[in-house]
Amino acid sequence: MNIDPQLTRILVALVAILLFVAANAIVLVYVERKVAGHVQRRPGPYEVGFHGILQPVADAVKLMGKQLVTPGDGDRVIFWIAPLLAFAPVALCLLPITFGPRTYAFDIDLGLVLILAFAGLNVLALCLAGWGSNNKWSLLGAARSVAQNVAYEIPLLVSVLSVALATGSLNLNTITLTQGTWPWQWNWLINPVAFGIYIICAVAETNRAPFDLPEGESELTAGFHTEYSGMGFGLFFMAEYANMLVVASVATVLFLGGWNGPGAPGWWWFLVKMYAVVFFIIMLRWTFPRVRFDQLLNLSWKWLIPLALANLLVVAFIVKL
Amino acid sequence: MGFIRETGNAARGMWSLAVGLKVTGKYFLSPQITCHYPREVLPNMDTFRGHIELIAKPSNPAKSKCIACGSCARACPSGCITVIKKKAEPAPAPEAAGQQDESIPAGQKKKPPKKTAPKEPSLFALDFTTCSLCGQCVQVCPVSALRFSSAINLAGYTREEFHYDLLQRLAEQAEK
Repeated sequence: MNIDPQLTRILVALVAILLFVAANAIVLVYVERKVAGHVQRRPGPYEVGFHGILQPVADAVKLMGKQLVTPGDGDRVIFWIAPLLAFAPVALCLLPITFGPRTYAFDIDLGLVLILAFAGLNVLALCLAGWGSNNKWSLLGAARSVAQNVAYEIPLLVSVLSVALATGSLNLNTITLTQGTWPWQWNWLINPVAFGIYIICAVAETNRAPFDLPEGESELTAGFHTEYSGMGFGLFFMAEYANMLVVASVATVLFLGGWNGPGAPGWWWFLVKMYAVVFFIIMLRWTFPRVRFDQLLNLSWKWLIPLALANLLVVAFIVKL
Repeated sequence: MGFIRETGNAARGMWSLAVGLKVTGKYFLSPQITCHYPREVLPNMDTFRGHIELIAKPSNPAKSKCIACGSCARACPSGCITVIKKKAEPAPAPEAAGQQDESIPAGQKKKPPKKTAPKEPSLFALDFTTCSLCGQCVQVCPVSALRFSSAINLAGYTREEFHYDLLQRLAEQAEK
């Protein structure tokens, strides 16, 4: 029997990625609550285990033990497809990311396109969740998430495009290697406008505060996942943290030099940078209030898109020179 | 001009975001100010408003300063205080004040000359379940016999556990 080594590699990588994503979700839940606590000058989770370190485990067990309720007049099939659809593409998004010089699932030339394509599936999941719930809050949340994701995908793509244009490649490994070893050689200083726009759009794309309008606790109860209980909600939750992982990884590769860090290159630098970005996104959540919906769309259509386009023009001009 | 002003506004807005991040960053690194309650207790409970308690006389720690005027019970918006004035002692047969003395047999009534009932309560009850800790009773007390206690560890399984006899509480405190 002849097994394709490429296929084996992808399968092993997929399992590893899923494990990593699950472990990451557990760690990030803890980190998020701890950061929230410390920002508000309280300890955060403290009672379960040493300094509350087992709190996410307790939460996970609680979520798994809960009954799964389907709303009465909801669309059963769509309702339960949605959380799966939210979580499934994440594994695909992490496939082409180069964690280290040789730590990647598979090296394809269109890695960036693959990530962006499957990241777009998330909005479909939220839309289905809102529709299948037969609940006005869910539907409003879904409508918001669609409008928001459409608006922010454009500047995100354009800012990524400007990097790809400067590098001349969509292969994440190549993009990493074209940036140097030292921080001043990385794209965040070479192309700071794209970096800023990317970070803003990444926060918006992952539906995190201050752009968490699809959830909007104060006005929409819980937005699109109002009706989800137990692991249905758990999957959305894991997907949110996994998406953070994806956008932080892409930011690391595109703008922060990937694994090719200062001094000894390796996956450790990748993890350090990625979690720095994740930490920054968490700090944003506990610093800024949620924007209003018109402000959200104004920011994208009136500022980010023109800025990103102008930036792309400048980059194209410089590349041509 | 409008564009320039808008750009200036946006730049100022961006700067304010950086300022906000600096504030939360500073708080993130500064020490916590909350108290891990069961393991540690705040040192200063002077400003804590627990349920009301009676203040003892300086001469006798088991006796309250209360003169049983009932002002607190009348001032209480939720009517959770019950004060009953002590009757004159029946054994030496007092000429008790008020109408409550009908129970005393008429024969005994005339024996001694005048003896007024002592100005102290026979019962001072607080139904803490309906108290809203407004402090009207503490303010209205003419002899300053009431104050807020600093009892923070209050928990019970029944409603009745929060019906306090404050006189008894004072006596118990005096014993300690």
